[in-house]
This record gives sequence, structure tokens and C-alpha cells, in this order.
Amino acid sequence: MIPGPVRVPEPPLALLAELTHRCPLACPYCANPLDLERASAELDTAGWLRVLDEAAALGVLQVHFSGGEPCSRRDLLEIVSRAYANGLYSNLITSGVTLDEPGVARLVAAGLDHVQLSFQDSEIESGDRIGGLRGGHSKKLVAAGLIRAAGLPLTANFVVHRQNLERLPDMLALGERIGASRIEIAHVQYYGWGLVNRAALMPTLAQLEISTDLVERARIAMHGRVTIDYVVPDYHAARPKACMGGWARRIINITPAGLALPCHAAETLPGFVFPSVRTASLQSIWRDNPLFTRFRGTDWMPEPCRSCDNREIDWGGCRCQALALTGDAAVTDPACSLSPDHHLMAEAVADAAGPAPDFVYRRHRTPALVT
Amino acid sequence: MTVPRFNRGFRLRHDTVRDSWVVLAPERLFALDDHAAEVLKLVDGHRTLDEITGLLSQNYQAPAAEIASDVRSMLDDLVTKGAIQL
Repeated sequence: MIPGPVRVPEPPLALLAELTHRCPLACPYCANPLDLERASAELDTAGWLRVLDEAAALGVLQVHFSGGEPCSRRDLLEIVSRAYANGLYSNLITSGVTLDEPGVARLVAAGLDHVQLSFQDSEIESGDRIGGLRGGHSKKLVAAGLIRAAGLPLTANFVVHRQNLERLPDMLALGERIGASRIEIAHVQYYGWGLVNRAALMPTLAQLEISTDLVERARIAMHGRVTIDYVVPDYHAARPKACMGGWARRIINITPAGLALPCHAAETLPGFVFPSVRTASLQSIWRDNPLFTRFRGTDWMPEPCRSCDNREIDWGGCRCQALALTGDAAVTDPACSLSPDHHLMAEAVADAAGPAPDFVYRRHRTPALVT
Repeated sequence: MTVPRFNRGFRLRHDTVRDSWVVLAPERLFALDDHAAEVLKLVDGHRTLDEITGLLSQNYQAPAAEIASDVRSMLDDLVTKGAIQL
């Protein structure tokens, strides 16, 4: 067989740096994996600084510092400074509950460009209950004031689901009141903790339609003042989302332990040795690692994706969702109405129609007792 | 006197790896064509809109009125996106 030309992939535009899994909150839809890394397993400062140098050289333009709660890292300022030194646009994705005025001033001095502040609801009682932290919501309001007073642009992120969607108008109003120039209304995505809590979180189709309509109207009302980004749950959709903008196309994710992944849920995929930035360069991982090349582009696709006109629009949807719902990461995302497994989505929606079960809060698992 | 400037959180940057100009923005980026990049490179928070138009008119040897209209509509679009204030 004659080997084909070596394909060099386009470099990633963004780095999602999950600095830690430590977090004061315990949101039941957390995007982190069920097996949370402990502090002792985290990549050290020098490791993160090298990742930032390599990311910039590779072509990354923006870095999102996430977690867990990234402010739990004592070396956050050093890490942000290095991003700035590399010309990277830095975004802090935070719960805000540990921010104080001197801390915000130091982040500004380190060159931070933008803050995304998470909210669990528009009101104290429900916000604290969903986040699992008493007093959390009030601290977030204080943090928003500190961020804006320091002149940093602010995104207010609201994760929405069946237990808070009725307050969507209040959330939009709160976002505007605290001076956010961008509001993100993100329906829960059902991986990891979200999947565990799916029946407690999944909205009805009617709730989803009302929320979509409200967002559309708010976009018109706030045009030119506030940008609203809206993330829908794909269980009610006819076409899947282009997860991560396509597998290993735009974003590279680094876990707290220094594993490089094409998406933050990819550790659920069986049969891979996950590459580590401790032993390989970002460039070689992005270009050659089998985890990254496996689902990149369209060559891997089965039918109905392979011959679909949308194959370079949705890129076959989400691999982790295909795995979680069908047991096979290499099939069409069941969110697509053309998938033979599409009935699974309707069944999950029907399952969630009953009374909401209690939340399973995100916690570090208690180590098994040795007997 | 209109002095265009970038809002906080929006940065013009040359992307050396792809050899192109981009505006980096909160959780997004705007890819620029050559004309937009030439305009935005002159936006430094000091030059007036008239000065920018004048410089471009010289460089491109094109009528200032035509340039002014193009520059204005490009900047208005970025104002709507929150990137620029006039």
C-alpha cells in the first residue's frame, strides 16, 4: 500500500487549562469527571508554565483557566503572568467565592483579560442549594462588583435546568445589573456528574422552548449592550452539536494531572493511553497522538455521518455522548435524528418527566477502606 | 472629534503561526481580512477617525470619502460587537 500524504492538522486556537479539581462548590452538573484528581496529583507550576509556552508556540491564542476552582491554585498569578508574557488572551472561569479586592487587583496586574463568573441561580436560597455552598451566592455578587470595579470585562454564566429555568428572566436581569457584557445561558450537558443527575436536571420540551424564546427576545432587547450566548441541551434536538467544534480541531484540554485531551470528558473513552504533558510535547500530542487523530476530521465516520451533508458542520456530534448512551464512541451521536439510537434521547426525556430525585453532589470520592 | 479605541477585553494581535490578524475577545475571536487589519492597526486610542481615514487614503491612494465610509461601517460593526468605542 502506498502511504498517503502526511496530514498536518490545523493548530488549536484555544487551550482549556483545568488547573485543579479542588472547588468549594459541589454543583451536581459539574463538567469534571466522576473520579476527581487530588491536589497531590496536580501538575506543578513549572509544568503549567511549560504548557503555556508550548501552547503559544503551537498556535493557541486564548487560554481558559478552569477547574474545579482555578483560584484554589496558589500559583495562579504566576500562571496568568506566563500566559500574558506569551501573548495569550487569558480567561478565568471561576465560582468567585474566594475572590477579594487585593486578589482581583493582582490578577489584573498579572495581565488577566476577562472573567467568567458562574451562577447557579438568580436567588440566594436556590443558588446555595444547587451549588452546595451556604453563602456562596452572596459571595458571587460581591465578586462581580470587585471584578467590574477593577475594570475587567465580565461574563455571567448561568447553568440552567428544570430546577431553575423558571427564573431565567431574573438571571438575565441579574447579569445585566452586575455589569456583565456577556451572559451565557448554558443548559446542563449530560456527561459525568450531569449524567448521574440527569433525571433531576433535564427540562421538559415545553421548558426548553420557553427558555429559547426568552433568550431570543433578550438578545433583541440587549442588542449592542450585552452579548448572550446560549447552549442548548441536545436531547430535544434533531441534529447533534459540533462538540468542541469538532474532535481535535480547535481546542486542547489539559487536566489537573497534566493529561492532554481533545475534550474534558474524553477520559471516559476506553482503549486509549491518555497522553501526558509530563512526557510529550503539546505539538507531538496534537499532531500524532492516537487519541487526537482517532476521531479528527471525517475519515473515522460510519454511516449515516459519512455521506451526510452536515458532516463538516456537526462533525458527527459528541464522541463521549455516543459512548455514554450506546456503549460505542465511534457511532453517530444519538442526538442526531438520523442515528439508529435516537430513541434513547426521547426515552431519557420521558424518564425525567417524574418528580426530581435528590441531587448527587460533586464530591471527591472517599477512598475505599483497606480491611 | 471621534477617537476610536478598543474596549477592555478586546485585543488586536498578529497571529504569527497563521500569519494573520485577529481581535481576541471574551471567549471568541474575530478573524480579520487585510483591509480590516490595516484599519485596526491604526486604532491606538489617540488617532482620530479623520486621521485614520487620511492615512489610509494616502496609503491606498483612494478618495478619502470612499475610505471614510468603508472604515465607518467596519468600525460600527465592531461597536455592535462590543469591541470598539467611538
